[in-house]
Order: sequence, then structure tokens, then C-alpha cells
Amino acid sequence: MLITKTAQAGSTVKSDVLITVSPSETPGIHLELKSKDVILKQFGKQIEKVIMDKVKELGADNVNIRAEDKGALDYTIRARVQAALERASN
Amino acid sequence: MKNAVGVELPEFIEGYGVVKPFAGAFAGYGQVQKAAVRLESVQPGKTKLLRSIDEAIEKVNLRDGMTISFPSHLRNGDHVINQVMAVIAAKGIKDLHIAATHIFPIHELLVDYIKRGIVTGLSASYISPGAVAKAITKGYLKNPAVLRSHGGRPRAIESGELHIDVAFIGAPTADAYGNINGVQGKAACGTLSYGIADAQYADKVVAITDNLVPYPACPIEISQEYVDYVVTVDSIGDPHGIVSGTLSVTKDPVGLRIASLAAQFIDEAGYIKDGMSFQSGAGGTSLAVTAEVRKRMKEKNVIGSFAAGGVTGFIVDMMNEGLFRSVFDVQCFDLKAIASYRDNPRHQGMSGSLYGNPNTKGALVNNLDIMILGATEIDTEFNVNVITGSDGVIMGGSGGHNDTAAGSKLSVIVTNLIKGRLPIVKSKVTTVATPGETVDVLVTEHGIAINPRRSDLIVKLKDSSLPLVPIEKLKEMAERLTGIPEPIPFSDEIVAVVEYRDGSIIDVVKKPLDTGGCKPRN
Repeated sequence: MLITKTAQAGSTVKSDVLITVSPSETPGIHLELKSKDVILKQFGKQIEKVIMDKVKELGADNVNIRAEDKGALDYTIRARVQAALERASN
Repeated sequence: MKNAVGVELPEFIEGYGVVKPFAGAFAGYGQVQKAAVRLESVQPGKTKLLRSIDEAIEKVNLRDGMTISFPSHLRNGDHVINQVMAVIAAKGIKDLHIAATHIFPIHELLVDYIKRGIVTGLSASYISPGAVAKAITKGYLKNPAVLRSHGGRPRAIESGELHIDVAFIGAPTADAYGNINGVQGKAACGTLSYGIADAQYADKVVAITDNLVPYPACPIEISQEYVDYVVTVDSIGDPHGIVSGTLSVTKDPVGLRIASLAAQFIDEAGYIKDGMSFQSGAGGTSLAVTAEVRKRMKEKNVIGSFAAGGVTGFIVDMMNEGLFRSVFDVQCFDLKAIASYRDNPRHQGMSGSLYGNPNTKGALVNNLDIMILGATEIDTEFNVNVITGSDGVIMGGSGGHNDTAAGSKLSVIVTNLIKGRLPIVKSKVTTVATPGETVDVLVTEHGIAINPRRSDLIVKLKDSSLPLVPIEKLKEMAERLTGIPEPIPFSDEIVAVVEYRDGSIIDVVKKPLDTGGCKPRN
């Protein structure tokens, strides 16, 4: 999957996450996760893993991913990541 | 040593004293002794009206190390703490213990006074999320904060455990001889329940008012016999700040489903009947339960005995519709409640002690049938946390939570199973405010768990169509949705002591390891 432009999926309402993806000049997957402290402390690693797993599953590389989390559950995060990547890839 | 909810406690806590471990919700009842009161009697001809807060602080001889109290119903609209503390700080008095009822974001400047050692101790029934709560969690206070329930605070005052040197009481209306009422004036807030014990037991009492009226300030709620001095200021507060919580019925479909399940449960358990008494919190879901209960009372033509609590216009409407004969009020939450308290003799005020103090000949909570409560967390032993977030940061306090849970015949916790990504039902709560032995049922959108201690309810509802499940099952459901949270690392430093309503220690708040900051060096 080739990321060619900037795209978004999701929202910043409660229980959702806003995923913004864009092509990266440096190789690899560059993830920036924002959420409330109370969530990051208890679920930060898990959320990062869910995002990274999805990106790898879809075969995207050289990509910046910014996740603005509002307490989304894993299935929501996966769906938003996939939607953003697909929007950014054609 | 471990207390009765399994919390490990030291024998002694620096800055607090000897630890009396929580031994069970009803272990503290029996013979009690109230403190003797020291006062300076007032002979005819003496005036009480002073020119300024500064003069009052001189007159009461406020000194380093004293305990000053600020009972308030103005919540996030309170201007009294800030005004008095600014004068105290300017005078160079330090090492004070603030015995508040509520701390809200409006009191943010306390953080500076805490850092400067002007304030070294703080106790309250509720500490709203905000700068002060964070500063306490980070251990900035020299002594651990003490959290007491609405009944526990007046109990501590009346027993002498919490001795108040000077009480500063915000008075929406006062006369020059110290009579106070809360129903008139531009900062009218209704009942003045929380300040009754302060007025009766503090060595010195200063009334601070922005509405000085000709003698007498009828209808008098706190009378001249308790008040030393009267000071006028431009504003004691903004009554719009009272409504700082969520005070409308939720529109969230999940909250509405919880409310509907809770009301059906209460009904099937046999509690919707003539003479019933009822209280609910002011959170959106709790109010939605009230709306559902009202519907069922009307359908069944039930006339209740009383509704109690922090009172909203919604409860006032129910009384006026004939659904309750009376209302007991410890805090008016909106203008409609204030007007009703002022005008309707069936809308009865009550002191904090009458409301929830276990060391009396019967607090009002003992007469409660149904109590609807929220939870920040609840564990599989039904212990409830309303003190800290799951990250260990202070964001609340018991308020009347553990008083009403202990007194009522049916205490119902209503909460979403998960909030955002956070599981609410857990194997262990971060901080215990209310012991599981006083909690009867948990209602979530995914199911209802009856406390196994209530075998009578389990039998009564055995053929119910309600989704009854063991609480462990709810915990598993929550964790399946959110994942299992990583544990928050805590230091050994105790930043707050959580007293149960009887004065025993039910839990402590320890400083989370990664909150940063450190205790200022003195």
C-alpha cells in the first residue's frame, strides 16, 4: 500500500479517534498518539500495538500516523486506521 | 495491618496521626461523646459588625497553625475562600489547615498557598477535578489531605476530632448581629446545611455577607447565638456556579437504558410503594433513574414519604405533583429548589449531621428506602470508588455516597460498564470510598449484578426477565471490550486519607509515581 497523500478518518467525539495519515520522507511508520493521561498510562502501549498491527497488516510503509484518541475501543481504532490509510493511498 | 476492605494501612500516618482501621460499616455505632464548646459570651451593647475581613482576622486572633473552616453551598461559584485566604496570605499567617466542605476549580489559587506553606493541611467532603486536586495528588501539601463524607465531616467536628478555630461562613443574607439565612440576597443558595456544625462547634464564627439586612434576617437558619462577627463584602459568590455538575437528565441512549433497567429493578424488588423514600445523585444517569421512578410511581398511584438529597427542580416537581409528601434538602442544586425551600414548608432543610452523621440518635439516611448512586469504579466485592480516577488522581470525594449507601434499604449503583475506554467494573478499585457491604446492586447497560449478601433480592427476582448476572461476569465483559489496563505504579507516599463516615480509615490515596513534582522544601 503506497501512501500518496494526507487523509483522515474518525472524529474527536467521545469514544472515537481521529486518525491522520500522510506520506513520510523517512522510511518506516511514524506514530504519534495523543490521548488523556488516564488512558495513556493504562492503555497507551495497547493502542499503539493495535495501530501498528493494522498498518503492517495493510502493508503501508513510509507513513506518518497521528492518532488523536478520545477513548476509542480497539475495533474502532482499527476501522479508523484502515479508512484513513485507504483514503491516503490512491 | 489490613482493614475490613482489605486495604493495607500503617499504624501511624505522619501529619495525620494514629490510624483507626475501618472495621465494617456498622462497627462504629454505640456510645459516643460530643466535644465541649469554648466560646466568648456576648453582653448587651456589643456590636458584631466589622469593617473588613482583615479586621475580622485581627479580632479572632488568627495565628499560625490554626484550623479554619469554609462551609459552602456555592460550589464552583464560591468567592469566600479566595477572599479570606488572600487577606490571610497578605498578613503572613501560615501553616493553616483548611477545613472545607468542597473544593472546586474556582479555588485554584490555593495551590500557590499550598506551595508557599500558608496552607499545610486540607480536609473536604468533595474535591472537584482541577488544580487543587492535582496538587494534593502530587503531594504538595505538607500533611495528607483528609476526605470525609457529608455525615463524617460534622461527626468529626462534633466529636472534637476536627477542631475548628475559626469558621468563615458565607452568608447570602445576614443582619448585623449574626443571624444568617440562605434564601435571600443575590447569592441565595438555599439551605446552609453544611455549615451548621461549624457554627455550633468552632471557637470563633465569622459571617461574611454581601446582603446585610436590617435586624432580624428572618427566616433565620444559623442564629446569632453562634456568630461572633459579621463582615460585608461585595460578593460572596455567584449562585450560577452551584450548577457546576451535570444537572440534567441524560440524553445518552446508554444512560437511558441503564435508568430504565434500574427503575424496573427497583419496582420488581418491591420498593415502589406507598410511603417510599427516595434519593438520587445529580448526575445525568441518576436523574434519568429519577424520571423513570416518577413514571412508575404515577402508573401505580403511589404516594411517597420523602425525597432527599441534593435537591433539583425535578424533585421539587415530583413533590408538587403529589408524588412525595416532603423533601429533605442538604444542598439546593438550582433556582427552583432554592425557591421551593424558601416558600414551601414541606421542603425541609437538614444539617449535615441530620443528613448523615452516624454518631447521632438516627441520621435521615436511616429512613431512606431507595438510594441511586454513581461510581467511578466498582470492584467485584462491590466496593465503590468515587475519590480518584483509575490513574490515582483525586477527582471527587464521598459527599453523601457512603452515608446514604449505609443508611438506605436499597442502594443502587448506576454506571456505564465502560466509560470511553476505561472499564468501570474491576477486580480492585483504586480507592475505596464506600464499602461493598453497603452496596446492594449494580446496574449497567450490559447487565445487573445483585450483591450476593442480598440473598433476599436474589430470591425475589429469580424469575425476573431482567439481565441478572454475577458481577464477575460484568468485569469480564468490560475487560473484553477495553483490554486489561496496565497497573498504575504508586509510591509509598500517602497524599490523602479517606475516612469512612465513622472516622475509621477505609483507604488512603498514594502519590502515583509518574505525576512528577515533589514536595516543596520548607
